[in-house]
This record gives sequence, structure tokens and C-alpha cells, in this order.
Amino acid sequence: MTIQVRKPGLSTTVQDSGRTGYYDVGIPPSGALDQYSLRAANLLVGNPAGAAALECVYLGPELAFDADALVAVAGASMVPRVNGEDRPLWESFAVRAGDVLGFGYISAGARAYLAVAGGVDVPEMLGSRSTYALGALGGVDGRQLAEGDRLPVGTPSAGAAGRRVPEDLRPVLSKDVEVRVMMGLYDHRLTDAGRATFLGDTWTLTPVADRIGFRYKGGELETVDREPPFGAGQDPSNIVDAPYPIGSIQVPGSVEPIILHRDAVSGGGYMMVATVLSGDLDVVAQSAPNTRTRFVAVDLDEALAVRAAYRDRNRRLAEALG
Amino acid sequence: MSDVRAARYSWGGDEFLFVELAEEMSLQANFRVVAITKALREQRLDGVLEIQPANASYQVRYDPDVIEPHALLGRLQELEKQIGDAHDLALPTRVLEIPVLYQDPWTTETLMRFRDAHQDPDSTDIEYAARINGFSGVDEFIAAHSGSPWFTSMVGFVAGLPFKYQMVPRDRQIVVPKYLRPRTDTPKQTVGYGGCFSCIYSVRGAGGYQMFGITPAPIYDPTQTLPDFADFMVFFRPGDIVKFTPIDRERYDAYLADVEAGTFRINARPVEFELQPSLDDPDGYNARLLAGLNDGGAA
Repeated sequence: MTIQVRKPGLSTTVQDSGRTGYYDVGIPPSGALDQYSLRAANLLVGNPAGAAALECVYLGPELAFDADALVAVAGASMVPRVNGEDRPLWESFAVRAGDVLGFGYISAGARAYLAVAGGVDVPEMLGSRSTYALGALGGVDGRQLAEGDRLPVGTPSAGAAGRRVPEDLRPVLSKDVEVRVMMGLYDHRLTDAGRATFLGDTWTLTPVADRIGFRYKGGELETVDREPPFGAGQDPSNIVDAPYPIGSIQVPGSVEPIILHRDAVSGGGYMMVATVLSGDLDVVAQSAPNTRTRFVAVDLDEALAVRAAYRDRNRRLAEALG
Repeated sequence: MSDVRAARYSWGGDEFLFVELAEEMSLQANFRVVAITKALREQRLDGVLEIQPANASYQVRYDPDVIEPHALLGRLQELEKQIGDAHDLALPTRVLEIPVLYQDPWTTETLMRFRDAHQDPDSTDIEYAARINGFSGVDEFIAAHSGSPWFTSMVGFVAGLPFKYQMVPRDRQIVVPKYLRPRTDTPKQTVGYGGCFSCIYSVRGAGGYQMFGITPAPIYDPTQTLPDFADFMVFFRPGDIVKFTPIDRERYDAYLADVEAGTFRINARPVEFELQPSLDDPDGYNARLLAGLNDGGAA
């Protein structure tokens, strides 16, 4: 079967669990920014958790189905509609041949994941179907969906309508969030006052919030005086171009921190002062502009405990939908 | 054997371990990065997912549920000791010839659109770079930029973009600041410059490096149609040694026709690079490295 794109939405891309092993040549992992919601949507329709689905940002697409299908939407609160009638979020439902699936306005979060039983079957590139638009790679011709695209769908396994994600396994979507980070990388470039500003201020997400990075407004971070090392550049925030971890927070010009997400540029010359824990990247992914954000510092042991809790939550999700 | 400072290790969240071998850029620091990351790759440690060399630093992405973070840290510290200052290591690599149309119409048109983001709105990027580096003019600057080869010190930023460090002593390094504010546009295959690094933009897009010219040679091809991309969509690898060759518009158009015909290949020869002879006699060693290129002529 194929799905025809009648309206592409604001920025809809094919994403799966991502690609590993090419960041060293500048090809980032890509994949769903909110991996938990991707897994939920896929498990609801009987897909492997990391299968390719559609990531729909702020304003969803309108899609026509040429055959019966089982679908589910998880993540941001963007209510799916079949031929104009509301369908539940976080629950699998059937669409019939000839149906048109659209979305209502977004009321919370930023990214909804539409999974279809069988998965979106675009060709794998470097081991993943995820779209990496900067490199024109993966997805549909390496770009976001456009009107008239036809998305092939794979062969579904056993799945049923009416499967639901229990309430306690759905993320809380809020305009006030805490994001846990590990300080480090080049945080020694900050004074104590600079660190206090970073961890003490409430940061506001700007409209510059896409698959590459999320930029926040707030105070200016005070830096330690120095003689610039050869090759770094004159600005106090410059470093000799270095690799950027996914989730690292860089502060060009010591203002407006940027969290790099899964389509990150792989390296560059701005000091990074902290890294978001891998599981909390889902929280960042569901932040819409103006979301008030506090960065909470944890140490390695705490970070590993957070990671274990995230894995446990995923296990419970898989059990609930198994 | 020269003294090397101890590396600085830092956790990048729960999945990355970042290692800074030196705060300053140097060929030695980069060569150590290449040597350590190459040795680490050969160890094929379970749980190591990505090994990413950069200019004077590198990082490892790993799964802490498979390899305990401090166990990984210990392995990297052992490697640091084992490689030492890397003065006696030889790196099998390639020497490549990249044709460049300096002061081309496309980057010139682009830089004119972004004069308000530039340090010197009244001159072009290359005029500015020549002046602040003490050259008599653009011709002398191009002679220096294309005269000595470059060591590919990092591949990244975006897919397949090489950073290059010129293989000359520090007093002959060209240093140019980045734009005051990044541009929203850079032509594909622009030869750029920021800090002490020359780069080639692999794709069209945002950028902050000064723009000196353009190469007709594709360096990233996700469709893998040209012969240079038969095995992989990214051409450059860390350690590649590059000679920029100035070309005129006629030659540029001829190469472009070869690209369109699907026959273009970058002139490349295998070579073994050793750090110490390069540091002892840069010009003599560079001449020997480049000698092989001339046997085969231009691309």
C-alpha cells in the first residue's frame, strides 16, 4: 500500500531510531527527536519499536490511504482526524482505503509521531530510513515531505485497533520543564558566576528550535579571561574546533545556549558547557517555543540512574503493549 | 621526543567521553588524535559506538550499559600513554589534488550579499585575508594558500566537510577570523577559511568561514554516482593530505563537464606520512609528498 501526501504539514519527515557509526564524517544519528514517543507509536501498531514513522512538527500533514491500515499517534497533543472525525491519541485505530487522515491544532508538546503498521518503507540509507535534510540523505529524497509524495508501507505484522498506552506511561507535556545535564566539556571557561547563571536562570526556548538545535534566551554567561589558544579565535567562547556530543549545550558569544539534537552539526568552534542526558532529549524534543527551561546538573552516577529509569520505563511500555 | 601535556577527559552526558589532547592547534596534536583514534578503532571494544577524531581532540560515543564508563576511560588513558608523542609513527594515507577557482563568481556574489556581517565591508574576503596576514596582495596570498599542502585534521560539521591545517611552521600559518555573524548561505564546494583552518563546504548552507574560491570537485555524493564515491558517499578522511591547485575558468568549466559526464575523479595517490620528518624539514618533506601527484598529471 502507499500513503499519498495531500498536504505536507509544517515540517514532516520520515524518522526511525536513527543511524549509528557515521558521526565521525559529519553524518549525525538523526532519527525521531522524541524516541520514547516513536517507540510508543510503533508498539501500538505492532511494529518493531524503532521502525520508521512520520515526525510531524507543530502542524500535521494530511494523508490519503489507498488501502486499509492500522495507525497510531503518540507524542505531542495533535489530535488525529479520519475524514474530519477525531481519533484518540496514544491508541491504535483503523483507517480504511480511501480515508483521509489529518490532524487538529497542537495543544501541548511539539512533535507527534504517526506510525503505520508495517512501517514507512522508504529505502534504508547507511542502515536507517531517517531523514537527514542537511545532507540530503534518507527519508523521501533526503527532505521533508512535499505535496504529492507517495510513501510506501511495509508488510504489517499482527496488530489490533484499540491498544492504548496506559496514562502513567504517557509523558507529561509542560511549558515549564527541567532538563538534566552533566556539566563538563569546556565549562572551565565559565566563572563561578557564569555557572550560577547557567544553572540558576530560567531559559526561554526561542523559535529557533529544529532538528539541528534548540536555542534559548536568558542571561549572559561570564567567562574566565584568557589568552586565546592558537587556532581558537578571539571570542572568549571560541575553542579549537572540536567534536560536539549529541545533546551538548554550546554558548556562542556567551549568550543564547543551543542544545544540539539528533541532526547536530558534528563539531565546531564554540565552547560547550554541558550535555543533556540522552533520555531527557525527549523532553527537549517536546518543547515548543517559549517553553521555560531549567538546566539541572547531575553527576555521572546520577546520570546512569536516570538512564536506568528511562530504560525501565521503556521496558514497561513494551510490556504494556506486548 | 617532545613533551606532551596530559590529555583532559570529560563526560559528555551518559553516552559521550570527550578527550582534549591540546588546547592549541598543531600538527602534532592532530597526528596524536589520528593515531589514538586509529588504535582505538582497531581494538573494536564492545559498547563503543562512534569514534570521532577532531583537530586537537576526539570523542567516543558508547553504551554505558555495555562498557562501564570508567573502564572505557581507563582504556583511553592507556592508549594516550601508548601513543605518546607519536613521533615514530607512520600513517598510511593519501595525497590529493583539489583544483580551485579562486575569486570565482559564485562565492563573490554570495560574499557581496553578506557584507554587513563582515569585518571589512569594503573589500572581498580574500583581499581582507591577504591584508591582515601581511601579504602584498591577493596573488601572493593565493601562492601561499596553494603553495604548501594541508593535513585533513577533521571531517565533519556537516556531512563530509573537511577541515585542513597547513603543513607549515606556525610563523607561516594564515590566520583569519570567522565572519562577525554567520551567513545563511554558502555555495556548495566553497573553499573557506576560519581561524587557522581551510575547509571545503560539502553542501550548500549556513557558514561562518571566509570564502576564497570554489572547487569543481564534488566531495559528498549521497547518490554515489561518480566513481570516487563507489564505496562511500563521503570522500575525505582524517589524515588526507591536500594540495590546492589554482585553475582558471576554462579549466573549471572543463572539470565541471567531466563531473556532469560522470567521469571526474580527484587526482589521488597513496602515501605514508611521518610526523617527525615533516616537522624537521617541512618544505623538503612536503615537496617529496607532492612529487607523486605530478606523475599522474591533473585530475
